[in-house]
Amino acid sequence: MATAQKTAKPAVLERREFRSLAATRFREWFILAALAGCTVFTVMITVTIVCLLIGQTVEFFRMPETSVTDFLFGLKWNPTLGNVKHFGIWPLICGTMWVTVIAMCVALPLGLITAIYLSEYAPRGLRNVLKPILELLAGIPTVVYGFFALVVITPALQAVGIQVDFYNAISAGIAVGILCLPTVASLSEDALRAVPRRLREAAYGLGSTKFDVSLKVVVPAALSGIISAFLLALARAIGETMIVAMAAGALAKLTIDPRQQIQTMTGHMASTATGDISNFDVRYYSIYAVALVLFFITLSLTVLGNFVRKRFQEAYD
Amino acid sequence: MAVNLLLGSWVSLPIDGLSFERLDSLLYTFFGFVALGLFVGLVFGAWSVFPNTSFWLLCVVTSASSVVILLILLLSIFYRGIPAFNPPKDDIVAELSEIDTKLSALAADSSEAQELTARQTELQELEQVIDTSFLNKAPAPGAREAGIGPALLGSIWVCVGCAVFFLPLGVGTAIFLEEFKPRNKILRWFTDMLQLNINNLAGVPSIVYGILGMTVFATMFGLFGTSKDPFIELGTEFKRQYVTEGMQVVFIPTDSRDEEPELSDGMTAFKSDGSEVKLNIIGDDDDFPEDDATLNVSLFGDAEGGVVADNAWYSFRLPLGRSVLAASLTLMLVILPVVIISTQEALRAVPMSLRQGAQGLGCTPWQTVRNVTLPAAIPGIMTGCILSMSRAIGEAAPILMISGIVAISMGPQHLMDDFSILPLQIFYWAALPVNDADPHNFQHVAAGAIIVLLLVLFAFNSVAILLRQLAQKQLS
Repeated sequence: MATAQKTAKPAVLERREFRSLAATRFREWFILAALAGCTVFTVMITVTIVCLLIGQTVEFFRMPETSVTDFLFGLKWNPTLGNVKHFGIWPLICGTMWVTVIAMCVALPLGLITAIYLSEYAPRGLRNVLKPILELLAGIPTVVYGFFALVVITPALQAVGIQVDFYNAISAGIAVGILCLPTVASLSEDALRAVPRRLREAAYGLGSTKFDVSLKVVVPAALSGIISAFLLALARAIGETMIVAMAAGALAKLTIDPRQQIQTMTGHMASTATGDISNFDVRYYSIYAVALVLFFITLSLTVLGNFVRKRFQEAYD
Repeated sequence: MAVNLLLGSWVSLPIDGLSFERLDSLLYTFFGFVALGLFVGLVFGAWSVFPNTSFWLLCVVTSASSVVILLILLLSIFYRGIPAFNPPKDDIVAELSEIDTKLSALAADSSEAQELTARQTELQELEQVIDTSFLNKAPAPGAREAGIGPALLGSIWVCVGCAVFFLPLGVGTAIFLEEFKPRNKILRWFTDMLQLNINNLAGVPSIVYGILGMTVFATMFGLFGTSKDPFIELGTEFKRQYVTEGMQVVFIPTDSRDEEPELSDGMTAFKSDGSEVKLNIIGDDDDFPEDDATLNVSLFGDAEGGVVADNAWYSFRLPLGRSVLAASLTLMLVILPVVIISTQEALRAVPMSLRQGAQGLGCTPWQTVRNVTLPAAIPGIMTGCILSMSRAIGEAAPILMISGIVAISMGPQHLMDDFSILPLQIFYWAALPVNDADPHNFQHVAAGAIIVLLLVLFAFNSVAILLRQLAQKQLS
């Protein structure tokens, strides 16, 4: 039956010559292959980063001045000064931690409360003003924040009476916090707005006030998105380079006083780059080892952030 | 053993930051904390009595803080940066008028008058440099003479180069991930992994990309030699530069970088304006020529010249070195994940019914993408790409790893040229020591450069917002 239908074409089509589909099929295949090639390129980037960092870090540990124990447990980092060079990562991690903690103290509360206001309280007109301002803050280059930290935040802190050095962790941390604020605010707001209207209406129906609805219904429902926003902002703060290179100083030390100058992991890489790194010495290889640590910290935070958002998302449909 | 060492060092934690000199500031901090505690107590008290109103108040104050921060930032930068576009030159004007009055009183040919005239021309030249537009001046050791010309050109070159690479790669990847979703379960798992990879790449700090670009593009693992002795070099002509005894610069073309030309009498050389001259070679025992014309083309036989490389616009070398091309490729790596994600969002916003209509008319998958999905998504894609470009223009860390700080007087002429970009120039100027007594210091120059950068970003963002509104009208 089916074969009979296939052979018996209508008379009009019988005489007509069809274009060969071979060219079209080839074109389709070729374009798909080209697009797949583009996609494979992104995988190659990841593979190259990982291989490069691990390979060069191995090279770093082969040098006579370095050892894995010194790197992982050493409490001194002096790649240029002193007769005995020490490469212990902890002073750099301490610097990164100070900047990150201060940044998060600024960005998390401000960002979350801004997000709650934007999503729950703000009238439409005000929202349309506030959102572009946050986008503007997010789009400002990091060197501008570095300059801001140097010429405004540090003198302001000194005027308030906090005796900070010219380069210090506090002003760099505050600048990084301002940088992360829009990230936290807009990602958290997305999460808050994704909470269905029904939940809010049910809570209002039970006699809740707006405050109860926001803090006791909407925020818990959007918690996975908020935590993921926090983690992504944290990763961004840890990887931030220019602000700390400009405002945090260049002296790696283990300190409990953020008013002094410190050096972060990214700051070490930037300061090495501004010097002469053409000769392949131990200082040049040290940036790969530091970059490997930085890469794994930020990568795990990003993966964790995306995982939390996907896995713990409350599904209401 | 290691644990002992570790504990020992922890016990003797450096606490020199908390010495007695800082006791007063410690007290200030203590009182600050007390005041903060009182404030927090007040807030919590209010909170327990009127939770609704106080939370609303907290929200308003917090949201206003971002506006306040933006205002302070812009005001502080504009306050410092506006003078950079019109540097003060009162002292020069004053001195010039003083010279004028002195000159009119003096005889024209006295030695004092000649000194004053020399000083006058010097000052006039300085005034001319200061009066040149901030956008055209080159970086200079003096704050008033410094401008952003080469850096602005460098930024434009690097960003355009970056766009040439990221547009096809980013849009291609996004189309592949969004429009050619496989039905096969294993392939689907594979594309999910690709998507995860891109999301994670977006979170990698830009300085790590800088290290990648430095190793892979700039030095190429040191496999192809250094940029001073490259493996492949195309479109480059070498010449030796000599300074004759009459203090004239002449060039002798050579075939390679290392070739030293044999100097002989009557040899042809070129002046810097391209005109030919015949060299007059003198030995140690020969008489030194007397007249200026001969002196201008005279060289000692053992004179040594410096290598000068003349690069054509198409020149290319294989370790890319500190070149515009290496920087563009590196920035492309930084921007690529952002472009892919925003393009995917733009493609996802195209209604499914459009695609189904095209498929119903017998379109192949690529025909659907080319004729229906892409045209509908173009405004959204453009918005994403422009916003990514504005991120690329402000990105400094990866370029810092590639090129470091370079002082140049001209913008890049070809893809292999040295360059500087605006953010790096700002970074350099902001780090210079500031003399408070100087009315116009490098902080003003840095702030002026920031104003230009912000204006460029503002232009980009306005175009993006316009396009977004256009897109919303079209699809709804």
